[in-house]
Amino acid sequence: MSEAIHNRRKFVSSIMTTVTAACAIFAIAVLILILSYIAYRGIAAINWEFIVSTPKPVGEGGGIGNAIAGSAMMTLLASLIGLPIGIGAGVYLAEFGDKWYGNTIRFLSDTLIGVPSIIVGIFIYTLIVLPMQRQSGLAGAIALAIIMIPIVARTTEEMIRLVPKSMREGALALGAPQWRVTWDIVMPAAASGIATGAMLSIARISGETAPLLFTALNSRFYNWYYDKPMSSLTVQIYNFATGPFEVEHQMAWAATLILVGLILVINIIVRIFTRKKF
Amino acid sequence: MLIFATTILLTVVAMIFMMVWNSMPTIKQFGIGFLFGRDWQPASDIYGALPFIYGTIVSSLIALIIAVPLSLGIAIFLVEQAPKKVATPIAFLVELLAAIPSVVYGLWGIFVLAPFIRNYLGVFLQDYFGWLPLFQGRLTGIGMLTGGMIMALMVTPIITAVVRDVLEVVPTQQREAALALGATKWETTKIVLGNAASGIAGAVVLGLGRALGETMAVTMVIGNSPQISASLFEPAYTIASVLAANFAEATDSLYLSALIEMGLVLFLVTFVVNGFAKLLVARVAKGTGTAKVT
Repeated sequence: MSEAIHNRRKFVSSIMTTVTAACAIFAIAVLILILSYIAYRGIAAINWEFIVSTPKPVGEGGGIGNAIAGSAMMTLLASLIGLPIGIGAGVYLAEFGDKWYGNTIRFLSDTLIGVPSIIVGIFIYTLIVLPMQRQSGLAGAIALAIIMIPIVARTTEEMIRLVPKSMREGALALGAPQWRVTWDIVMPAAASGIATGAMLSIARISGETAPLLFTALNSRFYNWYYDKPMSSLTVQIYNFATGPFEVEHQMAWAATLILVGLILVINIIVRIFTRKKF
Repeated sequence: MLIFATTILLTVVAMIFMMVWNSMPTIKQFGIGFLFGRDWQPASDIYGALPFIYGTIVSSLIALIIAVPLSLGIAIFLVEQAPKKVATPIAFLVELLAAIPSVVYGLWGIFVLAPFIRNYLGVFLQDYFGWLPLFQGRLTGIGMLTGGMIMALMVTPIITAVVRDVLEVVPTQQREAALALGATKWETTKIVLGNAASGIAGAVVLGLGRALGETMAVTMVIGNSPQISASLFEPAYTIASVLAANFAEATDSLYLSALIEMGLVLFLVTFVVNGFAKLLVARVAKGTGTAKVT
């Protein structure tokens, strides 16, 4: 009798191990299915002309050169705005953020991270596009920066909190003022962690579509000026994918291969760099 | 540093202000009735948000029904069952699912998931469960079910990550005590789950927040039609997807205002949902260090 109960309990336990393992295998299978299908469809359509030329009428080839350039320009400007603000806010949260104001900012950052990115697009539309009376790369870049800031702030804070207290105390005991301790002792110690957080946030915004749809809009040409509508890889993929023609769908897969390849490379590099530490 | 931190506060305040300000025309004209109106006819300036609210809630529920058990299974496997050598690479691969952009899920949804539902899953559901109103109607592969399923794939890594953090915070002594009393691995896991319950609830609520606001992938596969239908195969619309699909062409000021007001509703709902999730997760993390909420 007790033998039977014992066996049953062991049986249930091993069943549950199998079920949970199956869940994990399913998730990985989906990942592999998505990535391999992107590679399969993308490689077929990718070539040098596709990477450098601008969109042409359907059937005449064309490419996504301007979209790659636009994405790069907007990501660059967004990083120039977002990284300093995000890192600065993160330093504040880690070093001085234990009072009510810090807690408020921390709470707002966390909720801002969860706000749908399309809402950021609407916000920038009302704030910048309506007054300027046209869509622009600038508006797109600022929308991306707003998405970036809370993410960078929270990862920076976490990285700084990992720096041992004894290092701070040592410097303070030697008579260094608080700002020097932060700048010369804590920041260098946390620098590589902050850098990986920054890279992940760049990967994240380079995949954003929704905030660009009506801020940066799109463009059929190479555009080097931030005050005009600007094309981006993601918006271009959206347009290709929802278009009626098979040629467009092929171009969507090829553009996706480039985008996803880039994002995966960043993620894997970050992973290799951080593996030793955590 | 204080200035930079304050930027975050100012952004949130400016966001709320600009959106309330710009949705004033519809707030004045329709009042609270905006949320309950079933008609959406921009051409004749009639705006009711109900079909979009319905679509947002139902598609998010579909996503959670699939994603919650799946995420729990993955997280339990990674923290409680698998040896560390196996768990680390699997955890990384699951995290990669979250790194894939929404528009890419949409593309995959249109050309892989939708045909799969049209040719296999949908046919199966209609054959065996066709008597349910949920699975009646024309099967095109584009509709509420496809939207919910693609959302499920996207929120799974997010829920998994939070549940993992929450489980890891539960003290090891609990597991050791249970094992020492002769509990099996699964019985031990159940005890751990009980202790982590509020954190797991937080993870689910956080997943809900993500699903409610999911935009691009859903826009591409849900069919974009403002109707309230019992069938999950019928096309639907969510708040986020009507914004993505129509905002750029809204030139009329009342149309623009109606869309911005829907954005405001979505913003407030996700804000509250995320805040609530954070409180739930913090309850588990209290005293044992901070659980990371991504």
